[in-house]
Amino acid sequence: MAGPRTLLEKIWDDHLILEEDGQCLLLVGRHLAHDGSYHAFAALEERGLALRRPEQTFATPDHGVPTISRRVEDIADPAQRRVVEALPRNAAKHGFTLFGLDDPRQGIVHVVGPEQGVTQPGLILVCGDSHTSTHGALGALAFGIGASEVAHVLATQTLWRRRPKTMRVTVEGERPAGVAAKDVILAVIARIGANGGAGHVIEYAGSTIRAMSVEERMTVCNMSIEAGARAGMVAPDEKTYEYLKGRPFAPAGADWDAALAYWRTLPSDPGARFDAEVALDAARLEPMVTWGNSPEDALPVTGRVPDPADAPSAAQRAAWRETLEYMGLRPGQRLTDIAVDQVFIGSCTNGRIEDLRAAAAIARRGRAVVPAIVSPGSTLVKRQAEAEGLDRIFREAGFEWRESGCSMCIGMNGDLVAPGRRCASTSNRNFRGRQGRGSRTHLMSPAMAAAAALTGRITDVRELAGG
Amino acid sequence: MEPFTTLTAVAAPLDVPNVDTDQIAPARFLRRPRREGYADVLFHDLRYAAPGVERPEFVLNRPPYRDARILVADRNFGGGSSREQAVWALVDGGIRCVIAISFGDIFWENSVKGGLLLVRLDEPEVAALRRQLHARPGARITVDLERQSITAPDGRALAFEIEPARKRRLLLGLDEIGLTLRHEDAIAAFERGYRTRRPWLFRHGAPGAG
Ligand code: SF4
Repeated sequence: MAGPRTLLEKIWDDHLILEEDGQCLLLVGRHLAHDGSYHAFAALEERGLALRRPEQTFATPDHGVPTISRRVEDIADPAQRRVVEALPRNAAKHGFTLFGLDDPRQGIVHVVGPEQGVTQPGLILVCGDSHTSTHGALGALAFGIGASEVAHVLATQTLWRRRPKTMRVTVEGERPAGVAAKDVILAVIARIGANGGAGHVIEYAGSTIRAMSVEERMTVCNMSIEAGARAGMVAPDEKTYEYLKGRPFAPAGADWDAALAYWRTLPSDPGARFDAEVALDAARLEPMVTWGNSPEDALPVTGRVPDPADAPSAAQRAAWRETLEYMGLRPGQRLTDIAVDQVFIGSCTNGRIEDLRAAAAIARRGRAVVPAIVSPGSTLVKRQAEAEGLDRIFREAGFEWRESGCSMCIGMNGDLVAPGRRCASTSNRNFRGRQGRGSRTHLMSPAMAAAAALTGRITDVRELAGG
Repeated sequence: MEPFTTLTAVAAPLDVPNVDTDQIAPARFLRRPRREGYADVLFHDLRYAAPGVERPEFVLNRPPYRDARILVADRNFGGGSSREQAVWALVDGGIRCVIAISFGDIFWENSVKGGLLLVRLDEPEVAALRRQLHARPGARITVDLERQSITAPDGRALAFEIEPARKRRLLLGLDEIGLTLRHEDAIAAFERGYRTRRPWLFRHGAPGAG
């Protein structure tokens, strides 16, 4: 009889084909593809190999798609256009399911997977994109892979992996008003560091996580990669099942009952051991914002830009100095004194309906004084938002209402932040040049980003949200 | 993939932590076909002020380090995006080995596929290596994968750990898909069991159906 096991160990054991040389050969339950998977399909073709299991691959274009229209011709960069056009060709050739550019089910792959019920508890799910960790919010083991491994999955439906270590991040207590799921994960990353989760799969636990909606858990799991972790996950519970029930690719009828019985066995057993434990008190959290070029450079919005003189090491001091120069910030400057040039609301981190509702609730209180764009995480999210009148709120407040795609999170479709410009963004990476060469990014929650649009500077949303 | 056995080459110090894959290979270059090469993409925005205009201060633009085939970085090298183009850019740009305190996980997995050796050493060892490279620009480091040993510019030998599977794949330049397909029977048998255990995963109708 095996001892108590974690959620991760249960999923791992259920997909383990064999072990060799300390590496595990794992079956991949679901593979998600997007326009960027093009290199992997090219590699498959070059070797004359077939897609082994078309019924286990699902795809949608997102990285390079235009947000001003649904027309491929509106993609300015010919290399991007070629890649977006290759996806339907590959779908027709290999026979996998595609939610194409003109399909209402299109969207950012990490929003679409859960939305369609393709993502389910207990699965190993992979995708050629690091934020695949998002899907762990439903109790799956989901992680990003590179092009060679995507080709490997296409050809074999398997992957080689070492057993990861496990980390439990327990967040307890009630979140204060104004503190979003984004703030929780930014606080976790600030605490453990951008490499703090390396080699580990994080399971998020505790009353704060349990109280979160499934969408909020997705925001948390999404940014596990920014903590350096291989994946993030949350044990499935009644909220997960309720979320999945009735979705197009979720089990139905007798299958639902069988699936549900299995899913209920997944949560970590009492007494299961984790290699590392981290605890956070939600009651002490504040809205967070990043000041630097690593997601670990996150502080409560009430804070000040750090002084390199206070850095913990010489390497860190040099890095902070360069960061402040790149970001155009002064040591000791109040974060709320930083003026922004533009605002982006969207991405797989914060482009779901609840995110748009949170942003709209702030947007309706004023008018944007800097350019602000909203790109819903999927076309279905866009339609839902329109049905709720959120598009009208945004438009009336001077925000641009766009089509769905990765957009300014990565800037591959031409939605860019110009050199030296500063963007308040709900995306997940504040790396140098991430939103365009020379761009300066400050990560924050959707409500905080909307607040920044109304004031033109980084703003504590709690000052706007009252009354 | 080109096997990795031993390498003696100029090493360049990269002092900053968190050099992410967006720095190694910026997003706008990622759609280029693999065979067209990624050498000019490597550290593009750190290296060039404008296309073809070098930033003289960037380490790989300084004469002693131009021929570097080894990088000594800091903490969390290659974190962030899963883009394997970061590995392609390094390898095409001549870099076959990166030494650092820690690496991004996905980058770590991708590196082997391109024949790039990543070596993890402790912080003091990495810092000492970088100090030597600054003190003697153009100094060489020797990496011996078989013996799992690095010879620093000062002649000191440093041992490093590597998993047997990674080591074998790098030494022999093995192709992973070929390796995996040797297990075809085991995979097929496992798949049959999986379908029986989780039938609902396979009952979503014809591809393309909603
Ligand atoms: S929205 Fe951004 S992080 Fe998410 S998949 Fe697209 S590019 Fe990646």
